[in-house]
Amino acid sequence: MRRAGIVALNTFREAVRDRVLYSLVFFALLMMAAAILVGQISIGIEDTVIVTLGLSAISMIGLLIAVFIGVALVSKEMDKYTLYALLAKPVQRWEFLLGKFGGLVLTLAVNTAAMALGLLVVMLYVKHSLQGSDAVVLVAVYFILLKLALVVALALLFSCFTTPLLAILFTVGLYIVGLYVQELRDMPLEVMSPAMSSFTKWLSYLLPNFENFNVMAMAAHGRAVPGALILQNTLYAVVYCTIVLTAAAAVFSRRNLK
Amino acid sequence: MQVEAGEVFGFIGPNGAGKSTTIKLLMGLIFPTAGSARILGKPITDVEMHRDIGYLPEQPYFYDYLTAAEVLDYFARFHDLTAADRKDRVQRMLKKVGLETARKIQLRKYSKGMLQRVGLAQAILHDPKVVILDEPMSGLDPVGRRELRDIILELKREGKTVMFSTHILSDAEMLCDRVGVIVGGKLRGVGAPGALVDMKTQGMEILFELTGTSTAPLLSKATRTGDRYRLQVAEEELYAAIEQLRGAGARILSVSQVKGTLEEFFMNMVEADRAQAAAVEVSGK
Repeated sequence: MRRAGIVALNTFREAVRDRVLYSLVFFALLMMAAAILVGQISIGIEDTVIVTLGLSAISMIGLLIAVFIGVALVSKEMDKYTLYALLAKPVQRWEFLLGKFGGLVLTLAVNTAAMALGLLVVMLYVKHSLQGSDAVVLVAVYFILLKLALVVALALLFSCFTTPLLAILFTVGLYIVGLYVQELRDMPLEVMSPAMSSFTKWLSYLLPNFENFNVMAMAAHGRAVPGALILQNTLYAVVYCTIVLTAAAAVFSRRNLK
Repeated sequence: MQVEAGEVFGFIGPNGAGKSTTIKLLMGLIFPTAGSARILGKPITDVEMHRDIGYLPEQPYFYDYLTAAEVLDYFARFHDLTAADRKDRVQRMLKKVGLETARKIQLRKYSKGMLQRVGLAQAILHDPKVVILDEPMSGLDPVGRRELRDIILELKREGKTVMFSTHILSDAEMLCDRVGVIVGGKLRGVGAPGALVDMKTQGMEILFELTGTSTAPLLSKATRTGDRYRLQVAEEELYAAIEQLRGAGARILSVSQVKGTLEEFFMNMVEADRAQAAAVEVSGK
């Protein structure tokens, strides 16, 4: 694990030097513009608009980083041959993967935390004060981070056995499908054939359920998120990431480098 | 093939012969379809064994957002060294490979030769027992090549085992205790450079000068470069040839023995391989 930590810190340093955190500047500009505009066009729903916009921006910026940098975590190291010297050190391939995953999740955590802080500042500017119920925004941000960790794990898995372009397509595709898992579960299974019904049911549990992490509406209206949902989503993300990363390690440990 | 402890072993072969593939197999970067290999008595699948191995990849690239000092420190961390020890080793290695003044420059600004030096530094940073270098001379200027040769000889003096691949035969002849010749993916010979080639005299070469014209029959067999001629004769015909040349007005400059070289052995192997490949192709048609 110590070696995975070394890789993780270097991955974080790479992201910082590759100016990934510049996305914060974009977020800051967006929120400043929103704060000014919202005061002029909204009547009584300023905080709702700001929270929805802020959380959507945090999610979207995080997704872009998670998908594009997540896919490049391994493929870039292979394309640039930087992996050769590293794997000649006493490092297991799974430790390398875990370190890469941890490094990008750390980058996303720092990025997301900074954006959340920015959102709270804008909320304070718009509402002139913050209440205890606004803490739900932080829960929503935490859920976004869990979702992003899952996306990074998937991007990492796909990049272990396919080209970067296909890995991006697979990751984005699975993310979109994962937003509709609940709809899949709600389908009227009784009108399907038994085989199809069984397949649909299993598929709905196999696919990552990203919709569970979306509490944007609750956050926008200041409604508290149940503690059970926080625990459930945390466990779900940890277990799902562990399974995906284990699969990625199994694929990568057998892969011949060019 | 076995590389003995403490020796400098050259792995030579033309491009595409399988040198880098073999080395990548040893380093666990690719996996064998058959066969096995051991380093320091341990199977190559044992990653912990990498503590005692230094590896320079062919045409090494490192994280270009790091400086040379940072990349070396990063690699040193995997060897459980203390911060003080890492700092000391990084400084010594940078000095050894001649990058002391460029230590704070990001690697994206390094030339190919400078990256090769960083690669060498990270390979020997942790004082490994075995050093495996894939085409270490590649990208280096004559000064760099000389310095690398000195480092390899220093490693040998320290009792390290060094295995390096190259297609520059003079380097192999100069540095190696033994060489292995690989052609077309097959090992074609292993031994001391002198033992691989026919060390018996293959004839005598006479170097002479001739300013005027002459009709001496031997001249038709000589190779001319300006006023100078080179003539190769059998050992027993040497004195008769010298007499004949002197009679024709030639001034003898030197007489030397003609011996086989590693290059000839190597070229013979390559030619044989090509001929065999051509024969297979013809019979296939």
